[in-house]
Amino acid sequence: MSEHIVSVRVYITIFLVLLVGTALTVGAAFVDFPYGLNTIIAMTIAVTKATFVVLYFMHVRYSARLVWVIVGSALFWMAIMFAFTFADYFTRGNLSTGI
Amino acid sequence: MEQQREAGTLGMWIFLVTEIMFFGGMFLAYTLYRTFFPAAFASASNHLDITLGAVNTGVLILSSFTMAMAVYFTQVGKQRPQVLCLVLTLVLGLTFLGIKAVEYHEKYTDRLIPGNLIPGASFTTDPHAVHLLPGATLKQVEMFYWIYFAMTGMHALHMIIGAGLLTYLIIFSLRGRFDPEYHSPVEVIGLYWHFVDIVWIFLFPLLYLLGRHLGGH
Repeated sequence: MSEHIVSVRVYITIFLVLLVGTALTVGAAFVDFPYGLNTIIAMTIAVTKATFVVLYFMHVRYSARLVWVIVGSALFWMAIMFAFTFADYFTRGNLSTGI
Repeated sequence: MEQQREAGTLGMWIFLVTEIMFFGGMFLAYTLYRTFFPAAFASASNHLDITLGAVNTGVLILSSFTMAMAVYFTQVGKQRPQVLCLVLTLVLGLTFLGIKAVEYHEKYTDRLIPGNLIPGASFTTDPHAVHLLPGATLKQVEMFYWIYFAMTGMHALHMIIGAGLLTYLIIFSLRGRFDPEYHSPVEVIGLYWHFVDIVWIFLFPLLYLLGRHLGGH
C-alpha cells in the first residue's frame, strides 16, 4: 500500500469544520437545554471534532488495517475503564443492608 | 522503505494508545468528581476565562492545520513551505503556552492555586473569591482546581515537549533531511501534535463550558 497524500483542499475543509465546531460548542454552552443535554451536546461536538482530526489530520482513514485495530483497542480499553469504575461508584448505597 | 514507514507509524500509534490511557485516567477522575460536586464544578468552571480558552482552542486547531500542511509539503518535496509550516506550528504552540501562562497567573492572583502548591499563597478562604452556585462549597471548588491544574498542566507539558520536537524538526528540515522518500519523523511528530490537540478539544468544553448555562459570571 503506497503512501496516500491527503489533498490541501481536504486539510482546509477539516480545519474549517473544526473552527465551526468550536464556535458551535461555545454557543451551545450558553443555552440551557433540558434533561442535562448540555454535556451530551458538548461531548458529541468534541467527539466529532476528534474523529475528523484522527481520520484526516492523522491519516487513519488512509492507514493500514493494523492502525485501525490499534486505535480501536484504545477506545475499547477506555470504555472498560470508565464502565467498570462507574459500575462501582454509581451503584454504591444501592444495597439496603447499610454496608 | 515503505514497510519501515508503516512500522514507524504503527509504533507511534501504540505509544499514543498509552497516552490515551494516561489522559483517560484523569478524564475518569474528572467525571467522577463532577458527578459528586456538580454545583461546585459549574461555579469554578464559570470563573475560568472563556475568551482565552476559546482563543487557545482556535490557536491549537490552526497549529494542527499547519502541522498537517508541513507533512503535506514534505510528501510532495517542497522544502521552503515545509520549513515555514513547521515554524508556524512552533510559533502557534508557543502562543498557546503564553496564553495558558496568562490564565495561570490570573489563578495565582485570585489565590485559586489549590492546596499549598505555592508556598505563602495557599488556596483562598474568601467565600466570594468564586461566585458559588447553590450547593457548592469552597472545598469542592478547590477539588475542581486540582483537576484543572493536573489536566491542563499535563497538557501544557505535552505542548512543551512538542515544541522541543518541532525545534528538532525545523533544524533538520533546514538541512534538507526530509524528502518524499524519507520523512517519518515529520509524520510521527505530526501524529503526536494532533493527539495533543485532541486532548485539548475535550478539555476545553469540559473545563470551560460545563456550567455556563447555569448562569453566574
